[in-house]
Amino acid sequence: MSEAPAPQPASRAAAKKELPEHFRGYKHVWVFIEQERGEVHPVSWELLGAGRKLADKLGVQLCGAVFGAPGEATRAAVAEAFRHGADVAYLVEDPILADYRNESYSKALTQLVNAHKPEILLLGATTLGRDLAGSVATTLLTGLTADCTELAVDADGSLAATRPTFGGSLLCTIYTLNYRPQMATVRPRQMPMPPRDAARVGQVIPFKADLNEDEIITKILKFIPDRDSTKSNLAFADVVVAGGLGLQSAENFQLVRNLASVLGAEFGGSRPLVQKGWIGSDRQIGQTGKTIRPKLYIAAGISGAIQHRVGVEGADMILAINTDKNAPIFDFAHLGVVTDAIRLLPALTEAFRKRLSPHNRDRLAG
Amino acid sequence: MKILVCIKQVPDSAQIRVHPVTNTIMRQGVPTIINPYDLFSLEEALKIRDKFGGEVTVLTMGPPMASEALRKALAIGADRAILLTDRSFAGSDTLATTYALSQAIRKIEKVYGDQDIVFAGKQTIDGDTAQVGPGVAKRLNILQLTYVSKIESCDPEKREIILERRAEGGVQVLKTKLPCLITMLEGSNEVRRGTIDDSLRAARAQIVTWSAKDAEIADLTKCGLKGSPTIVKKVFAPTPRTDRAKLIEPGKTAGDTAEAMIGAIFARSASLEEDMTKLASGF
Amino acid sequence: MIEEKFDAIVIGAGMAGNAAAYTMASRGLKVLQLERGEYPGSKNVQGGILYADMLEKIIPNFREEAPLERHLVEQRFWMMTDRSHTGLQYRSDDFNEESPNRYTIIRSQFDRWFNKEAQAKGTIVIAETTVTQLVSDAYGKVIGVATDRRGGTIFADVVVIAEGVNGLLGSRAGLRETPKADHVALAVKEMHFLPRETIDARFNLHGDEGVVIEAAGTISKGMTGMGFIYTNKESISVGMGCLVSDFAGTTETPYGLLEAFKKHPSVAPLLEGSEVKEYAAHLIPEGGYKTIPELFGDGWVVVGDAAQLNNAIHREGSNLAMTSGRFAGEAIFQLKTRREPMTKQNLALYKKLLDESFVMKDLKKYKDMPALLHTQAKNYFLAYPKLMSNAMENFLRVDGTPKIDKEKASIRAFVKERNWTGLFGDAVRLARAWR
Ligand SMILES: Cc1cc2nc3c(=O)[nH]c(=O)nc-3n(C[C@H](O)[C@H](O)[C@H](O)COP(=O)(O)OP(=O)(O)OC[C@H]3O[C@@H](n4cnc5c(N)ncnc54)[C@H](O)[C@@H]3O)c2cc1C
Ligand SMILES: Cc1cc2nc3c(=O)[nH]c(=O)nc-3n(C[C@H](O)[C@H](O)[C@H](O)COP(=O)(O)OP(=O)(O)OC[C@H]3O[C@@H](n4cnc5c(N)ncnc54)[C@H](O)[C@@H]3O)c2cc1C
Ligand SMILES: Nc1ncnc2c1ncn2[C@@H]1O[C@H](COP(=O)(O)O)[C@@H](O)[C@H]1O
Repeated sequence: MSEAPAPQPASRAAAKKELPEHFRGYKHVWVFIEQERGEVHPVSWELLGAGRKLADKLGVQLCGAVFGAPGEATRAAVAEAFRHGADVAYLVEDPILADYRNESYSKALTQLVNAHKPEILLLGATTLGRDLAGSVATTLLTGLTADCTELAVDADGSLAATRPTFGGSLLCTIYTLNYRPQMATVRPRQMPMPPRDAARVGQVIPFKADLNEDEIITKILKFIPDRDSTKSNLAFADVVVAGGLGLQSAENFQLVRNLASVLGAEFGGSRPLVQKGWIGSDRQIGQTGKTIRPKLYIAAGISGAIQHRVGVEGADMILAINTDKNAPIFDFAHLGVVTDAIRLLPALTEAFRKRLSPHNRDRLAG
Repeated sequence: MKILVCIKQVPDSAQIRVHPVTNTIMRQGVPTIINPYDLFSLEEALKIRDKFGGEVTVLTMGPPMASEALRKALAIGADRAILLTDRSFAGSDTLATTYALSQAIRKIEKVYGDQDIVFAGKQTIDGDTAQVGPGVAKRLNILQLTYVSKIESCDPEKREIILERRAEGGVQVLKTKLPCLITMLEGSNEVRRGTIDDSLRAARAQIVTWSAKDAEIADLTKCGLKGSPTIVKKVFAPTPRTDRAKLIEPGKTAGDTAEAMIGAIFARSASLEEDMTKLASGF
Repeated sequence: MIEEKFDAIVIGAGMAGNAAAYTMASRGLKVLQLERGEYPGSKNVQGGILYADMLEKIIPNFREEAPLERHLVEQRFWMMTDRSHTGLQYRSDDFNEESPNRYTIIRSQFDRWFNKEAQAKGTIVIAETTVTQLVSDAYGKVIGVATDRRGGTIFADVVVIAEGVNGLLGSRAGLRETPKADHVALAVKEMHFLPRETIDARFNLHGDEGVVIEAAGTISKGMTGMGFIYTNKESISVGMGCLVSDFAGTTETPYGLLEAFKKHPSVAPLLEGSEVKEYAAHLIPEGGYKTIPELFGDGWVVVGDAAQLNNAIHREGSNLAMTSGRFAGEAIFQLKTRREPMTKQNLALYKKLLDESFVMKDLKKYKDMPALLHTQAKNYFLAYPKLMSNAMENFLRVDGTPKIDKEKASIRAFVKERNWTGLFGDAVRLARAWR
């Protein structure tokens, strides 16, 4: 947005829906099923969960668009899409689509959209999804709303896409009234994972994209997979312990690591800690870091600024430890303790160690 | 090599305030900066220029005061700056922005020669969409390489470039052709401070300012509000949660407090204890 | 290597530096100004009163463009105890004049504007650049500066040092001493945002009218210090300043004092419900006349806070800074037009202009004040406010005690706290310092 999206000029908010004739045939809610090297990104399932609600409200079908090289993995992705709520899967199989490349993927997706005309198209706000969505929306000359935190359907059937603006201080609701499809991206872990129904099946519609390797200029020389050991699994952890500036030093941050290690949890922190170099940037939680949805989130010495808050609000339980009883984090935490985290954390680690010992596990099992 | 860098002037969001009553952004006095992500792209452009020769042009679309950002880019070392400013661009969404920018780049190519690489920032900190880069590439019909972590080699003769691109599960090493559009990943290089000479040159430089007409943007229906398919209907503050955290009274010792906390956690969710016990023992 | 040479280099883009740059550039000199902050004003802190007169002498029509907050129609002085304040309040509709005399400003915005004006006159400004060294020739004449950017020395006929109170250049070059702890105050300040209407209502203001409150007493815990409250359009600046040396040996912190000041029953209701943004700390030179260093030398002059030109008693600084900057600029311009070299002897003209002006006259007048307040801090900031408060309370409480007895009791309390000679001595000393 060039003129930063401040309070909008009246004319823009007042715009009316006048869907041109040629867009009226656009129907159904689509989710782009993102697959890289045989693995589907979980955000695609989360999107199917969100898409299901939109489709039901509109009384239309939920469709997954599955791209990939012909083979097991791609077929498996189709089956999983059904299990996560899709009614229909458009299957685009082609060896050219084995790895993501902007040229081949944006061509294929544009062709598919033009052929089967969805009214809503959702993608994950991943490096792949953002790269693809931007090209496709521009080719189709339609609107694209990035990083939505909420998707809904209005009374008149329009997609109302809500996203943070101005560094998360405000939210805005954006519509694409006169163009189709209405496109939006959503960050991983923003939407809850829908239940998986192993028995659920659907209709597969194969689609042959018009692609030719000779016409595709970008070649993949190599793929260097991330080494799993160093990569944080923050976004998908069940328990996350995080620290903020209140810990006062990099040494004290070790207390957070210790607790996380006793809990078998992931650890993370607020942005200033990344800036200070206490933790790596893949450990940052919040608007410009990771969004998390753990069962338990323990925040020690974090004030709870809005940019942090938007990244953790999806947690089932938030426990805040802060010396300031007026810290904003107590406004959205479920449980809180007003105390010195540096003194408390070792004791908490010890108490958890005892409570969660295998001995206790046996007791629970028996 | 001729290289173009798209930069945007953004409010220093660390200092943005929302008016407590009217919920509007209070922009008065909020300092502006070059979008931080754009600096990594600018630095990469300068590195390529320093190696192969040529010139770096920075382009921004924005209000007249955006010339400050361009001047800063000159002080960092860019050779030329162009400000695209026109009433008819007001209210542009990303699609309209990419139209105006791509038209301006076409005009730049006419005046200053074809550009070998166009750089954009990975995303902005105000719009935060990461859409403008890909959109510009599409409109210019050039190859697009986003989230680039490293430019391994560049061969102006063969018009070939090899680079590393961040993908979800790892890093792609890609070989492609010029011209292309690249967005750099943050931290992929260290942004330089310009020399005193650069600063003096920047302070005195004439910023080339183009209106829509100057940039030969004929179709104004594709610009600004008119050219924007998205419509912002409502801007609002996040609803405060009414129930504040239940506060646990600290005990006599830290140990007592810890016990009380664990009690409170499992009182809220009994199933959590089992899950956590499993997790703790590495299941 | 920079080939070109400037007529003058100005170090710093605060009040003094901007005034000097503007004065010289508008008279056609080739001026380069260097500022270490991200932009002019980004590092500058001021509670925020601008004295119109001194700016008018530089930019006569400044009111049309400058980012001014409110013009002041009311001044309050509060003598505070922990639970009370005794106040003197002066408000006059005369202050609602055509060209008001005092305004509140927000420095970051104001400095930016002022600097833009200097640029419009031709000053070349480079921000985010710290001058690291004054460069001298073999004879000790300053001929330019070195910075933290690559590219070597930049040369000029004369260097105007306007680096503010804690600038290191002057002291590093041996031109002046590092300010001593008992010659500088540390001020901390917060901006509290409130809707305009709320501020208007709380302070009884209309339109662009504004109020200043200055407070002394037990809030500084016996140290030499003051609290202040200034109204801006949509915010209130609240701050507290104390002599740096006083903090030594206490457990007090500047921020702690400010917190206590904000919670004071007389202050809290004014700030209630506000959103706090921007916390800043800054030094203020308070040594007065006796600490003014050498003001000029071969190839250099020093202006503003860097020269300790600050009137602590009247809380004036920016006006002295602007005026000294202007005089420096005028002196340099005169020498330039007469084609005279920027020697120490010639630059004495700057000092002459200062001596003839209110700057030196005022500073001389109060030359004993800083030391006096400092040595007598316990009395002026702790004992007297308490006695005053007790006397007032005695006077106002209607409890059946005859008034004459009340008065006697009050006087007895004063004398008990500080025997007759002490009281007399304090009064005489204060009067002398003031005169
Ligand atoms: C565009 C933008 C994007 C941003 N994105 C993110 C983001 O993704 N993630 C993020 O986290 N931030 C982000 N921020 C920064 C955010 O605004 C806050 O500045 C940041 O979250 C504050 O970090 P903090 O809570 O660790 O530090 P502080 O705000 O300094 O809070 C420290 C807290 O610790 C408490 N404390 C102090 N001592 C102790 C003690 N001994 N024991 C217990 N408590 C103690 C204090 O009371 C205080 O509440 C972003 C900012 C901007 C402008
Ligand atoms: C809390 C507070 C309240 C005040 N209230 C008032 C008031 O109400 N009214 C009033 O008249 N005065 C007030 N003053 C005093 C007033 O702010 C100063 O007297 C005035 O700002 C001095 O101007 P200056 O230009 O000398 O210094 P500064 O404004 O400090 O400017 C110095 C500039 O030089 C730059 N600089 C420093 N070193 C270098 C270097 N090596 N290289 C490049 N740049 C450098 C700095 O970044 C800065 O921009 C107050 C001060 C404080 C702290
Ligand atoms: N108005 C603009 N002028 C020039 N470049 C822009 C503008 N808006 C966005 N860009 C470029 O596009 C990138 C991504 O922006 P965004 O899609 O807003 O996140 C930015 O980092 C800039 O490089």
